[in-house]
Amino acid sequence: MTTADYERNMILSSVDYKVLGTRPVRHDGADKVTGRAIYGADFDASGLLHGKILRSPHAHAKILSIDTSKAEAIEGVKAVATSADFPKTDDKSIEMGEDTTKLKWLRDNIMASDKVLYAGHAIAGVAATNPHIAEEALSLIDVKYEVLDPVMTTQQAMADGSPILHESLTTQELGEDSGTVSNIADHFQHSKGDVKKGFEEADVIVEREYNTTMVHQGYIEPHNGTALWSPDGRLHVWCSTQGSFVVRDSLADLLDIPVSHIRVTPTEIGGGFGGKIPIYVEPVAAILSKKTGTPVKVVMSRKDTFEGSGPTPGSNIKIKLGAKSDGTITAAHAWMAMEAGGYPGSPVGAAAQCVFAAYDIENGLIDGYDVVVNKPKTAPYRAPGAPNAAFGMEQAVNELAAKLGMDPIELRLKNVAEEGTRRVDGPTFRRIGAREVLEAMRDHPHYQAAKKEGHGRGVSIGFWFNIGFDSACNIAVNKDGSINLTEGSTDIGGSRTSIAMHAAEVLGIPVEDVRPSVVDTDTIGFTAVTGGSRTTFATGWAAYEAAQDVKRQSIERAASIWDVDTDSLDMEDGVISSKTDSELKMTFQELASQMSDTGGTITGKAAVNPKGVGGSFAGNIVDVSIDEETGKASIERFTCVQDVGKAIHPSYVEGQMQGGSVQGIGWALNEEYFMNDQGNMANSSLLDYRMPTSLDLPMIDTVIVEVANPGHPFGVRGVGEANIVPPTPAIANAVSDATGNIMTQLPLTPGAVLDSGK
Amino acid sequence: MPAKTHVTTTINGEQVDFLCEPRQSLLECLRDVIGFTGTKEGCNDGNCGACTVNMDGRIVTACLVLGVEAEGANIETIEGVADGSNLHPLQLAFLENAALQCGICTPGFIVSSKALLEQNPNPTEHEIRFWLANNLCRCTGYDKIIRAVQDAAKRMQEA
Repeated sequence: MTTADYERNMILSSVDYKVLGTRPVRHDGADKVTGRAIYGADFDASGLLHGKILRSPHAHAKILSIDTSKAEAIEGVKAVATSADFPKTDDKSIEMGEDTTKLKWLRDNIMASDKVLYAGHAIAGVAATNPHIAEEALSLIDVKYEVLDPVMTTQQAMADGSPILHESLTTQELGEDSGTVSNIADHFQHSKGDVKKGFEEADVIVEREYNTTMVHQGYIEPHNGTALWSPDGRLHVWCSTQGSFVVRDSLADLLDIPVSHIRVTPTEIGGGFGGKIPIYVEPVAAILSKKTGTPVKVVMSRKDTFEGSGPTPGSNIKIKLGAKSDGTITAAHAWMAMEAGGYPGSPVGAAAQCVFAAYDIENGLIDGYDVVVNKPKTAPYRAPGAPNAAFGMEQAVNELAAKLGMDPIELRLKNVAEEGTRRVDGPTFRRIGAREVLEAMRDHPHYQAAKKEGHGRGVSIGFWFNIGFDSACNIAVNKDGSINLTEGSTDIGGSRTSIAMHAAEVLGIPVEDVRPSVVDTDTIGFTAVTGGSRTTFATGWAAYEAAQDVKRQSIERAASIWDVDTDSLDMEDGVISSKTDSELKMTFQELASQMSDTGGTITGKAAVNPKGVGGSFAGNIVDVSIDEETGKASIERFTCVQDVGKAIHPSYVEGQMQGGSVQGIGWALNEEYFMNDQGNMANSSLLDYRMPTSLDLPMIDTVIVEVANPGHPFGVRGVGEANIVPPTPAIANAVSDATGNIMTQLPLTPGAVLDSGK
Repeated sequence: MPAKTHVTTTINGEQVDFLCEPRQSLLECLRDVIGFTGTKEGCNDGNCGACTVNMDGRIVTACLVLGVEAEGANIETIEGVADGSNLHPLQLAFLENAALQCGICTPGFIVSSKALLEQNPNPTEHEIRFWLANNLCRCTGYDKIIRAVQDAAKRMQEA
């Protein structure tokens, strides 16, 4: 297979801009191809100590005692920290980027106090003059445990008589505290219409149960953080994070100090995909720094990263669909239980917003269960919960199509959600692009081409709602007409440039004349996480508004220079001119060169919390081959179609689509937390946790659909997440097409494929 | 603390002397002792390729080489790929083909790809995929990396 076999990337666009839609080189590019960019683990400070964290070997145990005296006695060890070093403030609910949690749960997850709830749970931290001494010291910390039976799946956790993880946890049953102590933290329901009647009206019904396993985001850079707690009471933290303000605010809650005493400097970040929204090592580094008075750096190992950070849950999902013989879906029921890990907070709520989103369903019911199990506390991972839900729903839709004798894309188009469709979970869609995505799939040369002998083909569609939240941006105009743009969104994939492009478009200047910087929490207004596909949407919007502020002031300044009315002037393509006097004309650069003598530097600012969020749909067409002897499924051809609203930087949009697709391919075919019966992860290395390599894959074709989001000045929706939703069911549908067997369990390993017919 | 060994090596064409403990890897020595942080750590067990460097004409994962093994060796890291202020064709191709997102794997990919193109100036897509299979990237899905290497090969042949 070669590149030439493929259609090149297609963009289905409707509006032309000057800067938006072009493909400039990113502003941080040279630093990143020469090794000069400073990531969290690269950060250094004078007198730096190295911290390491002791982790539980048991999945479920009471901590009886922790004796750190031998560790403290080693030469080179400067401090040891345990949960006893955290201030014991009253419990409360706190914001955690995209989620809320309880302070006690967050604190106990960072360092266990009374109980360990998963193998890998942090217990103590050591700061030493080098990492090897710190590691030696860990082995001398004596922890006495009372080992308890682990609870590893939602089925086990929900069964009567299951060991209980939290004696204080009672089930929230449909919004009310049931008072019943159990591992079910929450059971919620969304309903629309009359599901019973809907199923009675159906000519055809499909009903099936699906299971998925826990998987990790797999960012190549492990978690890290360096803290310096200064004698003046101020704490400075440098770390790889998706949200410097989340780190700041979480530290303030955990350490019981004001946010004004904490400065978080986000370093360059080596991937996150949601997993670097929560904090893990930063508070430990802070406490160790307070004890020693010197900076302390803590860097996770890869094993720590698998066992001690936040993967995305395994799940148990039941889907029931009913349809008329013409394909109209009359009723749908989704029952979903997801592993929260050791503390409540799985993404099942988000899954419920996505599971039926592509369809106009008259009668629908969604049951969601958030269930604690003895596995790492889950964290967001790219459209959290939605791929699990889609794995069930999108296979059920294909099964329905087969039963009805309909083309699977036509069945989806017959029931597609459109502007005005009310989702089963409540919201009514504004303009969306589900139909356009399905039509682009149907008309694509890949779908039109006959599949090769022995290959299976699968399709599916997925949804992510995207989020808005707070973003801030400042712009200072330089005397040469360039601008310095400061913002607070960690740049994980080129967002400095996509944000800068917003400002360049408004001011009519080349994007190379914009210098974007991601700055620390002392230097910019509150900016929410790089997550929820919000960064280009919301921080881009802040840049748009800050540039409008500069534009307004530039016109005012020109009006004062020329002594004319502001309303008589306009600014377009970087030129300020009079609407009435053709003699009055000045470039933005010329104005900038006169700023100092005409009132000083022009600075613009904006802070936004945009409400016009537009959800994104993505669809896949996948061809697979199956090795008959081994059962190994190989991806032969893969096409990703996504409605992104407006592709600000098409190369980076394609990159998001390709990257999300390949994470989905790994999730479908290889990746899983392989746990033994004692709850220990048996594959916590990148050899055994098998993420896709270049050799496993073909090129990933993309089709960018642009159905403008009416809620954004340039129509942007956000692109990062919806693309990971369709791959798992599309690949399962392709394997089913090739083998004739429905695949109800992820991952689709060679063994699972071979066994599927048995 | 274990006794340290004096190591004399060549990094990016310059003689470098450093002291290291027997247990320290070349990766640790490069990053923490000498200060060459362009070489990244992703797994510390040879499986991600983020610490790929060229050692005596072979690409190695620096986490699986001991610091003391660098004695007398000729090592090239990402910091030595550009010719002064002129980027290498691979670096230009990575930027113009958007072959990086977070960039943490990029130094390893560039060092590895450079060795490929030195041995095989016109590799097929399959040869590039095979060669780079020890370098993990979680952001791009590899598509744009493969295209960037193809593009760099073309630039170098035309130069």
